[in-house]
Parts: sequence; structure tokens; C-alpha cells
Amino acid sequence: MSIYLNKDNKVIVQGITGGEGSKHTARMLAAGTQIVGGVNARKAGTTVSHTAQDGSAVELPVFGSVAEAMEATGADTSIVFVPPAFAKDAVIEAVDAGIGLLVVITEGIPVQDSAEFWAHAKAKGTTRIIGPNCPGIITPEESLVGITPANITGKGPIGLVSKSGTLTYQMMFELRDLGFSTAIGIGGDPVIGTTHIDALEAFEADPETKAIVMIGEIGGDAEERAADYIKAHVTKPVVGYVAGFTAPEGKTMGHAGAIVSGSSGTAEAKKEALEAAGVKVGKTPTETARLMREIIESL
Amino acid sequence: MDLYEYQARDLFEQHGVPVLRGITADTPEQAEAAATELGGGVVVVKAQVKTGGRGKAGGVKLAKSPAEAKTAAEAILGLDIKGHTVRRVMVAEGAAIKEEYYFSVLLDRANRSYLAMCSFEGGMEIEQLAEERPEALAKIEVDPAVGIDAAKAEEIVRAGKFPEELVAKVAPVIVKLYDVFVKEDATLVEVNPLVLTEGGDIIALDGKISLDENADFRQEGHAALEDKDAADPLEAKAKESDLNYVKLDGQVGIIGNGAGLVMSTLDVVAYAGEKHGGVKPANFLDIGGGASAEVMAAGLDVILNDTDVKSVFVNVFGGITACDAVATGIVKALEILGDEASKPLVVRLDGNNVEEGRKILADAAHPLVTVVDTMDEAADKAAELAAA
Repeated sequence: MSIYLNKDNKVIVQGITGGEGSKHTARMLAAGTQIVGGVNARKAGTTVSHTAQDGSAVELPVFGSVAEAMEATGADTSIVFVPPAFAKDAVIEAVDAGIGLLVVITEGIPVQDSAEFWAHAKAKGTTRIIGPNCPGIITPEESLVGITPANITGKGPIGLVSKSGTLTYQMMFELRDLGFSTAIGIGGDPVIGTTHIDALEAFEADPETKAIVMIGEIGGDAEERAADYIKAHVTKPVVGYVAGFTAPEGKTMGHAGAIVSGSSGTAEAKKEALEAAGVKVGKTPTETARLMREIIESL
Repeated sequence: MDLYEYQARDLFEQHGVPVLRGITADTPEQAEAAATELGGGVVVVKAQVKTGGRGKAGGVKLAKSPAEAKTAAEAILGLDIKGHTVRRVMVAEGAAIKEEYYFSVLLDRANRSYLAMCSFEGGMEIEQLAEERPEALAKIEVDPAVGIDAAKAEEIVRAGKFPEELVAKVAPVIVKLYDVFVKEDATLVEVNPLVLTEGGDIIALDGKISLDENADFRQEGHAALEDKDAADPLEAKAKESDLNYVKLDGQVGIIGNGAGLVMSTLDVVAYAGEKHGGVKPANFLDIGGGASAEVMAAGLDVILNDTDVKSVFVNVFGGITACDAVATGIVKALEILGDEASKPLVVRLDGNNVEEGRKILADAAHPLVTVVDTMDEAADKAAELAAA
């Protein structure tokens, strides 16, 4: 088991012919992801050449729309690499086509566009969006729909949810001998599809996941709300980490959502909320990994 | 990006929101001329600073003549308001105010939606109103896919407890303020106070706007609103190279890949600094997942030009770009910089191909570079070097 993604997911790539889309299509194929095609309205009817995990050559069809791609391939998952200016339309198209899982990698989408596509997806109620501005999702040894390096670690008992890409990789690397059920990067934008709480709920329900690492950062109050959720609904052990203790007020730290405004959004407040919910919070990524190791060894 | 009041006023005017005439001035003489241009009668001279509490700090003065406007500007220019030095004032027309109200529309992160807030009771700090009289502040969700039309605006105004005879007058202004919010890609549009004049007009007297920088590609006018004078010179240099850099006030220069990892690095360095005379991180710099030699060189160039920096900590997780490529990038960057690279570098590499990466750095044996295996130990070493 895993959450949201396994080896059976059939994946299309929106923006498959672009630089990023092409590079990561190759990497996802190498990781074993079932990529069944891509979308680019201007190149519909053509194919792109790639190499499958077993080394054989594959020709991936390019379709004019997500609906056509789903119809022809049976795809249930899509990953978006299109530039920020076109991301909203790409997401709405995929939602309207009824895609089940939609991972939006694109960084730099205007937040009003994200708010609009989220409102649209929420009203429709059939698509799980991960991102935007995220590293995506990986179920090790099964499927990668995202840009996480697939060779860091393998399957294991830990579920991971994080706002940050590189901290996800760092944590997977530190705990690589233990392995992960699924690792999901939800993104650092102010408006995102899948939240910490969504992922916690899914990990709680996943029998393969024995413990959960939750990585947050300054800005907003998602970690505080996740802490409330953990207190009420999560029985599995949770270890937390929050980045940005030393971030000054009013300065955006890389992610559009990572900003301390007045007294809200500080790392200290998030840490306190998590600890009050019984979450062990590490001071550094390394300490966080150690706390998780202790938990896994005691199970 | 937060705007100054006068910039907000201008955007309001462009989108048809009723405002009073206002002219900016950077000198007392300009303020006097502005008052004359506005008719020579009563004006208000207002400090232009990106912080609240101007009135209490003496940053807003009434002037009955151009000569008084000059005197007022003399008093206000140069004032320090909560750490912000006043370099510009706005001279605005006076108005006979009958009543003061409150309105804002903003991005509501928690609900992934928009929120309109409205109150018939304005004129005080909104945080104070929310705390003391929460029932007087209406909070109405606005669906981003639908927006605020005339009917929604009336719903908001009624919820704000406006008397019925004012609804038809205020609602159209709300619709126009929402226009500003959407068409300018704002994350906040606030009017405090929104006023009713003795003459019966509704006017946005003071406004606050925050803009979304992600939308700059479709908002050509926004570049001109940037506060270039106030920007840190190193931040300006970094921006020219498209680097994601924030200047801080410490001594350990930081370079890393990925926003979360860099934020984490700042924390780890600050903790380590506690053992080394209280040294702190000097900056935030995220060079992104790619981390090519050119980007690494551009980043190092910015950091080495920071005279506060005593040591540099390069903290990279080799993911998509594996550690050997990152190590090659660091070696090449140091070649590109030559003698400019004059401060000790502590490098921590982890992740894919880490052994190859560390070997490349070991073979290059650059005299300034120390390779440390873990993030915590590397932070400690960088802090120690900065304190030395």
C-alpha cells in the first residue's frame, strides 16, 4: 500500500515536449512510472521518444487535450510542467476532463490563478491536486510523479509530507536505510491543493505506513491546523520539523508562502503547536531523522 | 510587494475608485507647490511609509495654506516611524468627513479563497476593531471563480451593518475595489477609512495594496512600483542575476539549493553560532535545484561582496543535479572568481553521487575550501571560522 499513487497509475505529462517536461518524463520512466503519453495542443498527433525502465525504446503519443489523452490511454493521473502563464488553463482542462490525480510542478504561478483553479477543482470534486510549486509524489519502487530523485531510497514504513523539495530529499536520504511508503511534497505556495492534513489523513489510513514525518516552514497556519488534526485523529507516531526559526519578519524566504507577518507564521508558534499535539519536533533535519529512527526501532 | 499609500491611491484612481486628489513631494518646497496646485486651501500632508501608526508618530498633519503645508512637510520629512525614515510625503486635498468605514478584500490562505471584510465602524486600527467589537466586522468569503458583482457587493455592505440608504452608494465602490484586487493581481486591497463626506460622496481616503510578484510577467506596470532606492544594494545585484537572495545581518554567508533547505541551513548556522560568539547567518540564498557552475559563481560573487561576511557555508543536497556536478560547479565557480574568492568556504554535500563529489573537491584541494560531511558539523565549522 501507499497513498495516492502506486505502480498502477497511468500518467500523462502536460508539457511533455518542453525542456523540463521532457527531462522529467525521462526520469519518471527510469523510475518505473507508467507514462502513457503527453499533451501539447500544437504537437498533437506526434510522438516523443524515450527509454523505459528496462532499457527498451518507447514512443509516447502527444495528444491535443487531456480529455483525448485520457480517452486514448486510460490515464488517471497527470503532471503539469507548463509555464506559469499557462498553468491555470492546464489545470482547469485536466480537472474538467476528470483526471483523478493532478501534480502541478510549475513554480511561480500567480496566486490568484491558483485560487481560481482550486475553487474550480473543489466545486467539481473529482480531482486531487498536489502543488503547485512542489516536487510531487513518490511511492518508492513503484511510481514517481514529480521531480524527486527516485534513487535515494526504497520502500519502507515511513510516510513523509513536506512543503519543501530539498528537505524532503534530505530526510529521505537521512532515513534511506529504513525507506518510505510514500513521500509527498505539497509545495510552498500560499494556495495549494493537497494539505498537510490531507496527507496525514491518508497516511493514518494506510496500513503500510507505520510512522509519519511532517516537514513545515514559516508562513500561514497550516502546521498549527495540522497539529489540531493530529491531536484529534492521528494515532500513528508523528515526527515534525519546521524550517525558518531565524527568518526575519516581512521577508519572503524563497517560497511565496514562506513569510512571517506580524506574530503569525513563526516557526516557534508552529513547533509549540505540534509539540502540544504530541508530535516530537526536531531542531534540525538530522535530529528529526534521529527521532524518527528511535520511533521505528521501538515499534 | 507592499505599496505606498500614494501608489495605492493612483491604482484606485486608475480603476475608477473615488479618491481625493493627491500629489507627492520629496521636499518642503515641493509640498508647498503641491498645496498651491491643489487650490491653495486645506490639505493634509501625509508621510509615505510602509508601516502603520503614522498619525500617532506625527506623520500626518493638516495644513490650511501652502505655507503651512511647507512647514508640515519640513516636520514630517526625515521622521523615523517604526524604523522607516520618511523620504516622501503626499499632499492630499482636505475633505469634510461625516463618517468613516472599513473595507478590505484579501487572499485567505487558510481557506484557499478570498475574504472580504467590511464594517460600518471604521477609522480605528482594524486589529483593534476585530478584537474589541468582532460583531461589527463582517467577514464574507468571496469565491475566486465568481468574484464580487453588484449583488455580492450589496451582501457585503449589508453584512457590514451599513444602513439601507447607504447600500446603493457604497456597493459600487466595493465592486471597483474588487476590480483593483483582480486586475492588479493583489493579495490585499484595504481601505481604511472609506469615508462619507459632508457632501454625500463615498471616498477611499487611505489605502493599502499588496501585490503578488508571481504575476509580474503579466503586470507590466508593477516594475515601476518597486522601491529601488530602499532596496539593499546586494539584493539589487542578486536580483540582476535572478538569484533568490535576502540580506540578513550576520557573518556567515549561506548558499544552498531549495528554499526549505536554505531556511533550515540558516537555523542550523544560528544554533551553531551560539557556541561561537553569537555569529549569525548573513543571508538567504537559494540557487535552485540546478546549481550550475555559473549560478554558483554568481551566488558566491554576491556573498563575497558582502563585507559583513567572514565565512561561507555552501550546503547542497545533490538530487536531480548529483553531487559530482555540484562539486564541479563549485570548483569552476572558484576558478571564475579567482582572487575575488577570499573568504573560507565550508562545503557540505550529501545525496546522489556524494562520494564522487567529495573526491572532486578533495582533488581540487582549493586552499579556501573545507569539506565537512554533515550539515550540523559543517554549520559548526562555518560559524567557528566566522568567529575567528
